[in-house]
Amino acid sequence: MTSRRDFLKAGGALLVGFQLNAQRLPVAGPPNANQIDTWLAIHADNTATFYVGFAELGQGNSTALLQIAAEELDFELDQLRTVNLDTHLTPNQGGTYSSASIARGGPQVRTAAAEARQALLKMASDRLNAPVEQLTVAKGVVTGNGRSLSYGALIGDKQFNVAFTGKAPVKAPADYKIVGKRPARKDTPAKVNATYEYLQHARIPGMLHARIVRPRGQRAYGAGAKIVSINDASIKNIPGARVLRKGDFLGVVAATEWDAIKAAQQLQVTWDTTPSLPAFDKLFTQMRAEKVEDRLVLERGSIATADATHSVMRTVRGPYQMHGPFAPNAALADVKADSALIITSSQDVYTTRRHLSRILGLAQDKIRVQYAEGAGTFGHSCYDDCAQAAALLSQLAGAPVRLQFMRHDEHGWDLYGPAHIGECKVTADAQGKLTSYEYHGWQHNWSNVETTEQLTGVPAAEWPGGAASQVSPLNLGSMYVIPNLKLVNHKINVQGYPRAAWLRSPLDLSFSFASEQAIDQLAFQLGIDPYEFRKRNMTDPRWLGVLDAVVQAAKWSPKPKPGVTGPNGKGRGIGLGTHLQSWGAAVADVEVDRKTGKVRVTHMYGALDAGMVVNPGIVEAQITGQLVQTVSRLLLEEVKFNQQGVTTLDWNTYPVLRFEDCPEVTPVVVQRMNERSSGAGEETMAAGSAAIANAFFDATGVRMEDYPLTPARVLAALNKK
Amino acid sequence: MATIRVNGRQRDVTSAPDTPLLYVLMNELELKGPRFGCGLAQCGSCSVLIDGVETRSCVTPLRSVGSKSITTLEGLPASNPVAQAMLAEQAVQCGYCFNGMIIKATELLSKNKKPTEPQIRTAMNGHLCRCGNYPRIIRAIQRAAGTTA
Repeated sequence: MTSRRDFLKAGGALLVGFQLNAQRLPVAGPPNANQIDTWLAIHADNTATFYVGFAELGQGNSTALLQIAAEELDFELDQLRTVNLDTHLTPNQGGTYSSASIARGGPQVRTAAAEARQALLKMASDRLNAPVEQLTVAKGVVTGNGRSLSYGALIGDKQFNVAFTGKAPVKAPADYKIVGKRPARKDTPAKVNATYEYLQHARIPGMLHARIVRPRGQRAYGAGAKIVSINDASIKNIPGARVLRKGDFLGVVAATEWDAIKAAQQLQVTWDTTPSLPAFDKLFTQMRAEKVEDRLVLERGSIATADATHSVMRTVRGPYQMHGPFAPNAALADVKADSALIITSSQDVYTTRRHLSRILGLAQDKIRVQYAEGAGTFGHSCYDDCAQAAALLSQLAGAPVRLQFMRHDEHGWDLYGPAHIGECKVTADAQGKLTSYEYHGWQHNWSNVETTEQLTGVPAAEWPGGAASQVSPLNLGSMYVIPNLKLVNHKINVQGYPRAAWLRSPLDLSFSFASEQAIDQLAFQLGIDPYEFRKRNMTDPRWLGVLDAVVQAAKWSPKPKPGVTGPNGKGRGIGLGTHLQSWGAAVADVEVDRKTGKVRVTHMYGALDAGMVVNPGIVEAQITGQLVQTVSRLLLEEVKFNQQGVTTLDWNTYPVLRFEDCPEVTPVVVQRMNERSSGAGEETMAAGSAAIANAFFDATGVRMEDYPLTPARVLAALNKK
Repeated sequence: MATIRVNGRQRDVTSAPDTPLLYVLMNELELKGPRFGCGLAQCGSCSVLIDGVETRSCVTPLRSVGSKSITTLEGLPASNPVAQAMLAEQAVQCGYCFNGMIIKATELLSKNKKPTEPQIRTAMNGHLCRCGNYPRIIRAIQRAAGTTA
């Protein structure tokens, strides 16, 4: 066993209590994914460490991926553990986003475990003098020819030296004993007894505490933050506090955290306050008038000649929304002349390392990036910005630093989920068959250069690609049979707007808010129950499966006259949606107070088909969290700004849903053990957004064009009716 | 130098008197229960019990604590029913808010052994959870109180 001291000598993890119970020396990774030894190490005590290339972000993937490994290895789940991501220890499986852990990572883990098992059985066959076909395995103990040997006895803490070919046969789902079951998550006991090592607990010996200094609330992407003057003397009463600067990048370090906080607050800086953002109340007008880059995303048939006996046109606008991780990002950095160690909550340690290489002027293999869990990030929050800032401050200070973003840094300098304008036109014939569908979406792209790097003088740049940042067919018509369809993306350049990146289920809440309200309105005009109307226009069994599952859970009953407004302001709505993959459906029950305009969601039902679900208990928790977050985003969340900067800098100015307004939630997993696993981290949110919008209509007879459904906005819409 | 009483022990600390208690507990005493979330007493991630009252340590200066008794998540019994119920309900996702959730629920149950669901919602309303686990946290508190339906 590698002692913590040995591991530290090898340049290893500095997290207190971090143990690596394996004879594994760090390499300037990623380690070779074509070797079984990269994926797992079997220990003498007949336990194993499985090296997973996905980050535990609170979603439970560290448990589910080990279920897959345990299943193929014939270990019990409690015989397996994993370690945090580390560029020098764990395989590169790509970033932990797009709900990819199980969908993309699961098959790799499964085949690596199967291949290891095959190698172990060969070893056992020789030692037990029995053919492989006659061996049986339980709890990591191989039995044959009347004798037993544990995996630990066969190979404990030695290398396999076997190539990972991906060709070993895997078990049939019908034989599963662990996958598809509901073992408790492995990470949660430590999370309730104050022993869990969050990034925020990590420390480096001899480190300084650091804070960044920026204007409160970002200006437009590309405009940066320009220093006019700094009064260094303004912090001279704080012993040891230092101002560090590179270009317009500014920070402070001090021996204690409180001194660093005070220094950042106290430092007198004059910033350029030239207006750079759109006027808040003109945002959508400006977006709609921008010179855009148009792209025909999908076209079939001819929308112009379709039967338009019934026709609905909806325009909607969705706000900027923030990740708001419950812990603002933090990072530790120890940058030396020829090496660097960075500890971060990045969703993708290898991409983080690539960017750090550019900033620090160090080759990538000289930089080691380790992951430690912070609070749930829900997409690309400030983790890269924070890691870059910590690295730069360490380089400037010549000492290790711990940088903690303050709440106003995280709220104010986030990469927000971008605002969106959607125009959706849907037609149906006299019999209620959909005949055409047209969608135009306007939004700006994501931003690629982080604020830290930009402030040092690197020009702002757009994200180079990304299907999830643009109009996508998945939530726009693809669940229905529609002969004529046209989808157009109108891309706005991100510069001049708040900076942006992926926020859980990117753009989907806006897409479905537009699209599924249009579908619902058609059903209303035709006098057909909205569930029945959808069903008539669908043939895909996966979509039909989730629709029927949610309707059953919610005990949906068609109204005699659909859409009739109840006098008590209560309503129920239904919606379909997904993200990049999977199938989601939701029903929402809402109450609308017509005097105050307050909307209360009382119950959310959500059904998800994500193919083979490895741990239905974890996915039910995911659905619950997704739907609660969707209620928060539909009712409350909106980034606000004036032309000088973003103004929603704390939980009072950017409120999120609280206990008192939280709905009851009924999650439903549609289990399909023989289908490929797809994503489960964000795929019911679009459906939830649609269901809430349609329930609001059911309660009021009014279609909302903008969200969040704040009391002021609701009253204005009700009064306009 | 000051002496404070944390989890039943007298602890000497050297932080300046205006230092918020959070940084004393987290950095000097290396406790992992109370943690930074906002520094504004808005979210509840830093909560501790001071003489049994849930208190936001991020805005509580060290000098104001005096000889009062501070209890952090580490100071609750390992078998504390709230934490056990959180596990039984699998209420945890990222878990960052659970320090505050468990501290606040412990305070609630010390004053009201059988809270109704509306009483739980009201008591817990000042604690935010970004993962959206409120329904399971409510069920866990009901379970801890023995009032599960």
